[in-house]
Amino acid sequence: MSTLQFIMDNLNEVLYLSWEHIWIVGIALLIATPIGVVLGIVITKHEQFASRVLNGANILMTIPSLALFGLMLPILSMVDMGLGKVPAIIALVLYSQLPIIRNTYTAIKNVPPALVDAARGMGMSKWKLLRELEIPLAIPLIIAGLRTAAVMNIGVAAIATYIGAGGLGVYIQQGIARVYPEMIMSGAILVSLLAIVVDGGMALLERVATPEGIKVQRKLSR
Amino acid sequence: MITYESVTKVYGKGLNTVTALDNVSFTIPKGEVVVFLGPSGCGKTTTLRLTNRLETLTRGVITIEDQNIMDIDVVQLRQRLGYVIQAIGLFPNKTIAENIAVVPKLLHWDEERISKRVDELLEMTNLDPELYRDRYPAELSGGQQQRVGVARGLAADPNILLMDEPFGAIDPINREEIQDEFLKLQTKLKKTVAFVSHDIHEAIKMGDRIAIFEKGRLVQYDTPEVILTQPKNKFVSDFVGADRALKVLGLMRVSDIINRTPKNIIQGGDRSAEALHFLNTKDSRYGIVLEHNKPIGFVTQKSLKYEDGPVRDAVEPYPVFLREKTPLRDVLSSMLMYSTPTFCVVDDDKNFAGTVTYNDIQKAVKASYADETENVEPVETEVAS
Ligand SMILES: Nc1ncnc2c1ncn2[C@@H]1O[C@H](COP(=O)(O)OP(=O)(O)OP(=O)(O)O)[C@@H](O)[C@H]1O
Ligand SMILES: [Mg+2]
Repeated sequence: MSTLQFIMDNLNEVLYLSWEHIWIVGIALLIATPIGVVLGIVITKHEQFASRVLNGANILMTIPSLALFGLMLPILSMVDMGLGKVPAIIALVLYSQLPIIRNTYTAIKNVPPALVDAARGMGMSKWKLLRELEIPLAIPLIIAGLRTAAVMNIGVAAIATYIGAGGLGVYIQQGIARVYPEMIMSGAILVSLLAIVVDGGMALLERVATPEGIKVQRKLSR
Repeated sequence: MITYESVTKVYGKGLNTVTALDNVSFTIPKGEVVVFLGPSGCGKTTTLRLTNRLETLTRGVITIEDQNIMDIDVVQLRQRLGYVIQAIGLFPNKTIAENIAVVPKLLHWDEERISKRVDELLEMTNLDPELYRDRYPAELSGGQQQRVGVARGLAADPNILLMDEPFGAIDPINREEIQDEFLKLQTKLKKTVAFVSHDIHEAIKMGDRIAIFEKGRLVQYDTPEVILTQPKNKFVSDFVGADRALKVLGLMRVSDIINRTPKNIIQGGDRSAEALHFLNTKDSRYGIVLEHNKPIGFVTQKSLKYEDGPVRDAVEPYPVFLREKTPLRDVLSSMLMYSTPTFCVVDDDKNFAGTVTYNDIQKAVKASYADETENVEPVETEVAS
């Protein structure tokens, strides 16, 4: 209950830090999405790069976040951006690549070959094919990738507090430093809550963005 | 018109090459349906896909309407050729109308023209536009989807249609129906059609000509009649099957062998004794009885012997009447079923048009096998004519 009390007493700060947290994750996702989706699509058309790109994204993901911040520090220090929001956002963008690229790649690959064949045989250009068929069919899975990335990034952003990015991680970090359990709990609960809400929101988006015909197909094949 | 000149297709590189087509040359005349027929892997699909450049020629030349396909922009080429595939390939994210509109849209038709064309095509393929226009493919049965596939291929009114087992994905009953519908359409539209099938029945039914492939080579290219009656080699005769006499009968119609002036016609009002005498002089064991130029049945000499009144009292009715376009296969079937060796042909108003006898059918089969009568046992059956 004292955690709740803490939140109520510091409502303004709580709202500010939450907003900061959402902002970091949101900006990162906005940057990561076009990069990941385009890369994912490109490697379906140039299969020879597929395994290299996917492996690269996989390696990025395996680097622990604190280590990644540490690795970026000397490089970004050269342009005086070693600390703060910039390295945090860059890290989130990098982490997002695997789920986004992988899902995009898989989704486009999953479009039945007969459909692609029919489309090409009727004289659709590669670009039209993407726009009219491949992307609409891939959308649900691509958004599922964004959803994974977003939820994961909410967690990583909490750690980015250590390089001065702000966000709800501040409560966890300072709470630990000051041995202030209510503060730690507030940070932890708010981050979790944020993750749950975003997860739900993305699930909704996934449903909304699924083409009507695909929904009908799913319903009937059940 | 489509021409294939020394067309060769080799898949793969180095040691793993497959020669899918080997020096194939033939011409699909304008307005005809040519069926590519042969066992799995013989190169039918490859031939079709070379035509719209979904595959690249290894050697040889393909032309459509006297233009080398390599000289046409690939996207334009494909938009000129209607394409229908076995898997149907309707786009699940688009409505039926949007699916049919794919090529017209690529060709930048205006909205109004597209929507009129969609409705026209739905009606042509026996789907109620009101009901189906805005549905999604998943909501349609297999047969209905296949119809939409055909409608989509026809959408921009191409002169040439490429169809790869277009009716392969549905049950036999629906297939018959959609084949009939397509044939009806084709008599109106007169498209040049390349039609892949591996079903000899479908080939005979749909094809003006049949191209039989074996392991990438064209072994015979002829009309269905010639394929059935003069198969070039054992592969073809095995492929068309041992029952090819029956298949020939499926191709021939009553009008091919009808006898319009049989000698044993008697009138229902004739006296039985006179009729008996008449049949005797004609050396006929029975007579066909007409009234007001409509056949009412037949009488035998035996039944007339014990009849005092007019012929009509001794008449036995025919179980069925034939039409001029009835296939001989069906006629033969009726003959076997009712053990009646002669049937009457009637016109739309049930007026007498002629007769078909078992002997006539047999003669017709023999004639079509002029070169190899040994295939048909010369059965001498005792039947009246
Ligand atoms: N993309 C490809 N790569 C390599 N080989 C291929 C390819 N497509 C077809 N082939 C081979 O070419 C040959 C002819 O194939 P094709 O698909 O034309 O046969 P088909 O007559 O249509 O058979 P089916 O009745 O099974 O559809 C086969 O041996 C097949 O394995
Ligand atoms: Mg095939």
